Amino acid sequence: MKEQHAVEQFLYKQSGLLDAKRWQEWIDLFSSDGIYWMPPAPEYKTWEGQPAIFAEDKNLMTVRMNRVLHPDAWSQRPLWETNHVVSNVVIEKDSAKEIVVKSRFHMMELRRDDVRHFAGSYEHHLKKTKSGYAIKLQRVDMTNAQAAYDYVLQVWV
Amino acid sequence: MLRENIPDLAKMVEPDRVRREVYTEPAIFELEMQKIHETVWIYCGHESQIPKAGDYYQVQIGRQPMLMVRGKDKKVHVLYNRCPHRGNMMCGDRHGNTGEQFRCSYHAWTFHHDGKLKNIPMMDSGYAGTRLNKESPELSMKPAARVESYRGFVFASLAKEGPDLKTFLGKSIVAFDDMCDRAPEGEVEVVPNCFRVIQHSNWKLFMENQIDALHPSVTHQSTGRAAHEVEKAIAKKAKAGEALSYHMLSAFATVTIDKWDNFQTINYPYGHCILTGYMGLRPQDPDTKAYDKIMIKAYGQQRFEEIVGVNIHHVLVYPGLSVQSPLQQLRAVRPLGVDRTLTEIWHFRLKGAPEPIYRRSLAYYNLVNSPATLINADDLENFWKCHQGLSSDGGDWVSFARHYGHDIEKPGEVSSAPNQGTSEAPMRNQMKAWAKYMRA
Repeated sequence: MKEQHAVEQFLYKQSGLLDAKRWQEWIDLFSSDGIYWMPPAPEYKTWEGQPAIFAEDKNLMTVRMNRVLHPDAWSQRPLWETNHVVSNVVIEKDSAKEIVVKSRFHMMELRRDDVRHFAGSYEHHLKKTKSGYAIKLQRVDMTNAQAAYDYVLQVWV
Repeated sequence: MLRENIPDLAKMVEPDRVRREVYTEPAIFELEMQKIHETVWIYCGHESQIPKAGDYYQVQIGRQPMLMVRGKDKKVHVLYNRCPHRGNMMCGDRHGNTGEQFRCSYHAWTFHHDGKLKNIPMMDSGYAGTRLNKESPELSMKPAARVESYRGFVFASLAKEGPDLKTFLGKSIVAFDDMCDRAPEGEVEVVPNCFRVIQHSNWKLFMENQIDALHPSVTHQSTGRAAHEVEKAIAKKAKAGEALSYHMLSAFATVTIDKWDNFQTINYPYGHCILTGYMGLRPQDPDTKAYDKIMIKAYGQQRFEEIVGVNIHHVLVYPGLSVQSPLQQLRAVRPLGVDRTLTEIWHFRLKGAPEPIYRRSLAYYNLVNSPATLINADDLENFWKCHQGLSSDGGDWVSFARHYGHDIEKPGEVSSAPNQGTSEAPMRNQMKAWAKYMRA
């Protein structure tokens, strides 16, 4: 129960950082070799060597963050607003060093007068460190991943 | 009918400027679908998308929902996705395998892969004495008027008359030669994932933007700068070639506006265009050297030099295809309405090339062309903004006057002048072709 509570709090914190646009803190949740991955379809088994909607290490995350913060990121004026709800948190594997946890998310996004919805599941592979969890891999299976994108995704889901 | 309803079509296009209605008027959109997209050769897909008999993909040609399907005889057919009985759509999935036959979900009419009628339940009793019998052509799924393939790239035309595919492509055929020649086996193979992105503007804005050498350092500056910082930081500790993916992004900022003038556009009949220039695609890292060795073995030194020396950044096949052959990517444009356009984005493997060479193409596909792209996000924003402005009464014209009067004209081609790579010659050339199609 203790682990369940801790991991839930971690996931809520992560989605809260996204919605608050505290992107550096969000990136800091990943381990130094951490990967944020959104496959194009559920059957993909690895992020390496295959098409991906996102397949970002911390360097690429930094590029994305700095781009979004750049004054000439035209598509960021106005900025997006998002609201994440994370639920259905299930621990799949738990060992002394690592924990694998699945959850469901729903993200509502607002820009100008347009609202979009994205939903799906997260799979977090978390390292247990002295300072808490560190994300080794975050897999994001978006239910609408294969649908045509009306505009694109700007930041992480 | 439609044509008469559009006043002064001939006055809408001048050599160096175009009326805004060309981008915003629904009646003009309908006419250009009919006169252009549903007449000329439109890219359907690559043969490797449908390797087995019965494999199909839906493809939109102008306003027409079509199916590209592989027959038992290995031939690729392009058919209207419509049952001749009551008009029911034949395939509801975007792609799949139809098995031995097409079978309508409404009344079980069946068709061969080439669209010919196979069977109607109780045909003999049901249609005895009627105008219809098994041989009636109106009982078959209607095929595209013409289908041709070049090096595996399938095109269809919905018009019986017109130039053949090779004549239509002209010099832009280099897009497919350049892509395939870079493969040691001389062929490419599609990677089975298609990213699809919708822009809120007219399709022509996409075609103009693809070879607009003036825009990258302005539109994409934020990503270019951010990538350049990271590229510099990791360059010291990274293995040679590892920072290449960042270079693909940083080039958008480090190639400044004045440097883009060093590139050149070459414009051809039918609106096609080649933008020359490199983005650091011939690095001297071990992966490239290993690839070069395989290529030299396959082609010989002289032919190898010719192949990798082809100096292309983008090839536009007007009106619906943009090819980046050195990176094995293409974007097919599917107009959805006067203010909505879908692009389908594919990339390819060079057959016989080592895996790291594919990874380069993949990195570009993911970074620049995915639905989480750091690049096209700002293009899409500009397209939407352009459509808003063009829909207003704030002005009547779109200007393509940059370096007008300085282009170099030769029979069958118009080039931007030296150090005038940002000439708006490609837009002028596209609109010239557009006007010709529309008046036909």
